[in-house]
Amino acid sequence: MRLISSIGKWLDERLQIGATIRETAEHEVPRKTASWFYVFGSAAFAVFIMQIVTGILLALIYVPSAGQAWSSLQTLNHDVALGWYIRALHGWGSDFMVALVLIHMIQVFLFGAYKYPRELTWIVGVFLLLVTLGMAFTGQVLRFDQDAYWGLGIGASIASRVPLIGPLIVNLLLGGPIIAGATLSRFFALHVFVIPGLLIAFIGVHLLMVIKLGINEWPMPGRLVRKATYIKEYHELTKKDGMPFVPGAIWKDLFFSALILFSLAFFAYHFGPFGPSGPPDPTIIQTVPRPDFFFLWLYAILSYLPASMETPALLIGPVVGILALLLLPFLSGEGEKSWRRRPLAVLTVLLAVVALGTFTHLAQHTPWSPVMDAWSGIPIPNQFLKNRTALERQGALVFQVKQCHNCHSLGNEGGKRGPALDSVALRLTQDQLIRQVIQGGGNMPAYGKNLSPAETTALVAFLESLHPAGQPPARDASRTIALGAETGGAASSSP
Amino acid sequence: MTLPTGISRRALLMKLGILFNSIVAVILAVPVVRYLLSPISRGRKDGYDAWVPLGNLDKFPSGETRLATYRNPVVNSWDGDTADIACWVRNVDGASYQVFAINCAHLGCPVRWFPQSNLFMCPCHGGAYYQDGARASGPPERGLFEYHYKIDGGKLFIRASEMPTPGQASNIVRGIQPCA
Repeated sequence: MRLISSIGKWLDERLQIGATIRETAEHEVPRKTASWFYVFGSAAFAVFIMQIVTGILLALIYVPSAGQAWSSLQTLNHDVALGWYIRALHGWGSDFMVALVLIHMIQVFLFGAYKYPRELTWIVGVFLLLVTLGMAFTGQVLRFDQDAYWGLGIGASIASRVPLIGPLIVNLLLGGPIIAGATLSRFFALHVFVIPGLLIAFIGVHLLMVIKLGINEWPMPGRLVRKATYIKEYHELTKKDGMPFVPGAIWKDLFFSALILFSLAFFAYHFGPFGPSGPPDPTIIQTVPRPDFFFLWLYAILSYLPASMETPALLIGPVVGILALLLLPFLSGEGEKSWRRRPLAVLTVLLAVVALGTFTHLAQHTPWSPVMDAWSGIPIPNQFLKNRTALERQGALVFQVKQCHNCHSLGNEGGKRGPALDSVALRLTQDQLIRQVIQGGGNMPAYGKNLSPAETTALVAFLESLHPAGQPPARDASRTIALGAETGGAASSSP
Repeated sequence: MTLPTGISRRALLMKLGILFNSIVAVILAVPVVRYLLSPISRGRKDGYDAWVPLGNLDKFPSGETRLATYRNPVVNSWDGDTADIACWVRNVDGASYQVFAINCAHLGCPVRWFPQSNLFMCPCHGGAYYQDGARASGPPERGLFEYHYKIDGGKLFIRASEMPTPGQASNIVRGIQPCA
């Protein structure tokens, strides 16, 4: 014991940081901020340290070469002892870190912690969110598989839409004319050197300000922030009702970080590493590229935006969003902190969470994508074939062979791109069905050139049989009159 | 010592030192920036676009659309499979051809050909195209990208080098379009 303390003394005599560390550890924080709500930032930091360690471990094996990256990941997964587990930790660590940063941000927003004098802490935090997302995206690229390859293609296609210089940005992004070795090398440099450097620098500034300005006090409804008096009030609060950060507050951070790291270890063990999916060979086109979890919402938005709005929304949307986050502390730098008296803030968070959550959920089911093998892999359910005429069954065959099933579902099976056809006969008359099949429209291709008259007749006969028992199909009332038939009803189904 | 201008000698020397460093920084920045911009400036060299063979014409029967692959003309030895690019070749009537890029005109995912319904479908956001590459439905704003082609000695050649995107780098840098 004596030896340790004398070594410590010897070191501190030379380093001269003992006093600073003690001062930092023992600085008073408001008693109420030692709360379980204030643990997310430190947990994100703990996961970041984990990411650095596992990242370095992966770099011992990983080869950042377009020709070999994928097979080096296979080696990591299968040949290196526990290589799969280190990959799983790094992959899940990425998801954990993004999630914790988002939760931390929501907490800071709802507790008004971005207000005076912590505006810059918030702004640096916004940059921390951006670089964290940057790490997640570039990391996904380093998992150089099919998803990474086509994900890069999507990134390039978005970048190419920038007016005038878009195509040049694409070449800079890819490091050449196509996605190839140079692309992976530059994403490796970004993921391993550039962005982590920024991340560490931003974290340093962020933490320095947290220590210098003090942890945000627990927001009390009615206690307003005023620039003239805030600092004095805060110091009075910490003096009157404060306690040293260590150990008063930090034990909760330690408990929560341990819980998070344990969950991470468990997730990695239980769910395993992310991919890699198929090799990054662009001649293998039997692939359905999907982005990682935290970019799924973007994937959904890209398929729902009308074509005319897509480019402006893609290019202007992120700028507006980031600007709004950066300007927030300037627009409401004073006043009420408590979320109990800031209904708009609560609604904003709810709206963002519900919107992003809904888009993410949709992107996990991709109702907008054709099911590429539905026509050959998903049979028409029996109830749509029972008691049908030969012509109608012939039409069912046309329905399969012409890939209608890829976009239209029957009995909830098949594509969701177009409307479900379980009861289409209730909505469209025979003439409308023929017109829709032949001319398309409303986001459906025209099949006029690809169907013989006999095929069209059979297909429409099948479609007309798609209505619930007891509900007659739609019919054109004027048609019976025009054709001079006395009895209605029969006309709509006569060929 | 203070000069008649009121600036001390040391302050002046420090300013000179900053000036020298700024000059060196600018001198060093020029090669750094040119190095970083090499993916753009390299495009000015001849041979960036090249006629690449897709194979003998008998691989592409009349009236059918077949997948073809080629090795990208701009390539490094460590590119691996990524420099092997696929495209769709449509033999229209035995005499004229259409060669479509594999990349969807929306966001670049690989489109698949369905000969039964004569449609190209994209697995990502549901873009669909007719057999002549025209937009049929979905989010794409235009039809499929089409390569220029020529027939030489019984072989089909296309002009290629660059991943087609809604905006084309070659349009700006050289005024040549590898893809229409």
